Amino acid sequence: MTSALSISGLSHNYGARAALDNVSFSVEKGVFCALLGPNGAGKSTLYSRLTRLITGAPAQISIAGVDLETAPRKALARMGIVFQQSTLDLDLTAHQNLTYFAALHGIGGREARVRIAAALERLDMAERAHEKVRALNGGHRRRTEIARALLHRPQVLLLDEATVGLDAAARNQITAHVHDLCADEGITVLWATHLTDEIEPDDQVVILHHGKVLADDRARVIAAQVSLKEAFLAMTGESAEAAS
Amino acid sequence: MTAYLTSMWAIIWREGLRFVHQRERFVAALVRPMVWLLVFAAGFRAALGLSITPPYQTYITYETYIVPGLCGMIILFNGMQSSLSLVYDREMGSMRLLLTSPLPRWWLLFAKLLGSSMISLVQVYVFLLIAGLFGMVMPPMGYVTVFPALLLAGLMLGGLGLFLSSLIKQLESFAGVMNFVIFPMFFLSSALYPLWKMAESSQTLFLICTFNPFTHAVEMIRFALYAEFNASAFVWSVLATGVFVGLAIWGYDPARGTKRGLG
Repeated sequence: MTSALSISGLSHNYGARAALDNVSFSVEKGVFCALLGPNGAGKSTLYSRLTRLITGAPAQISIAGVDLETAPRKALARMGIVFQQSTLDLDLTAHQNLTYFAALHGIGGREARVRIAAALERLDMAERAHEKVRALNGGHRRRTEIARALLHRPQVLLLDEATVGLDAAARNQITAHVHDLCADEGITVLWATHLTDEIEPDDQVVILHHGKVLADDRARVIAAQVSLKEAFLAMTGESAEAAS
Repeated sequence: MTAYLTSMWAIIWREGLRFVHQRERFVAALVRPMVWLLVFAAGFRAALGLSITPPYQTYITYETYIVPGLCGMIILFNGMQSSLSLVYDREMGSMRLLLTSPLPRWWLLFAKLLGSSMISLVQVYVFLLIAGLFGMVMPPMGYVTVFPALLLAGLMLGGLGLFLSSLIKQLESFAGVMNFVIFPMFFLSSALYPLWKMAESSQTLFLICTFNPFTHAVEMIRFALYAEFNASAFVWSVLATGVFVGLAIWGYDPARGTKRGLG
């Protein structure tokens, strides 16, 4: 199998503080990889580097076989992104938000309409498509964002704490939806979280702490002796509440 | 190429929708110049004597003189307002959509500028219509020839706003822009008084006005409203547009790494 996402030697500093310190890991095609780390571990910085919102010291980053440094636009075209903070326009409908996004990727007209209908259907959002985002609850807004991130048929989907602020039911639904995307459509997912209950035993887990990779393996391997939560807390020295 | 046009159309469409959703913004944008035109100008009419200078071929009222300056004012405020919305977009995160699109960033930022210029154009034409109803009527051809001048001024002042928005980290800092950019630009220009009047009072201020790009945008609009072409104002405006748009694109270069301390 080939790596759909590969990161090698990624470091990033904010002044004297190292937010990422020689981070390296790779994710195979169709795998759900949880990037597990407490708040301040460097997850958002890693996402900002992967999406080129910021650039910094050179590193080898490959997205679906495309080098991010040398062909950033081609790499971005193969990547779907759901940011931690909502990026929906509250005054537009879900459908209008998706139309705008499709156009930013150069997809318009009939093609856009077909893809939007399919993406909203996939996320069970078809019925709410013409409601203003302001009227949607947190779970529906997140699903709209995931549907939007799939419009340009990315091979790699990056989600930065996508379930923050959602209730347990919405969190479970979204986690299940994204796991299905990996299994059914072979999309590679990098899922940043600090919540161990969103991770399934077969998922890949990369534990990030103080900008360093502490572990990189299947969840069932990391949690061979104890629960994943206990293993995570033991590695990072965080309090029990952090991962509950 | 289709992808480029699709994205440009969507960005302009979104700017338009945002504008439609903010009706109070439209009203405020019109009330401001109307107050100047109908109140301020009435008060100053007697105090300011205007000689015949091109493009005017006869004596004109003070109200007629400030119409082009007020067109510039609408564009200036709109340019700054759309940069304010960009700072808001960045704080709220929706700017990220634009910045992570696979299309070239310079193109998307240019489309954004074009979108906000279009909004300015609509506002200016409505203002000219109302001004016409109050008797400040331009030659019919002037309403056509002013179009490209307004568009260029829109790109220029929108570019300046975009550049400023890349420097401003927080929404709160925006009040400073009002004090240090909008007001000096507006008052140190030929919008409200001819530059020869300024020269009579102070040579230094006159020099500053001469180098103020807003002066040239206003003069370009003034001549275009009378279906005349002011070459030096046009060249100044083109140069200033190039510089401001260039700075704006530089301002949004990811290598500048404006984000600090992400979690």
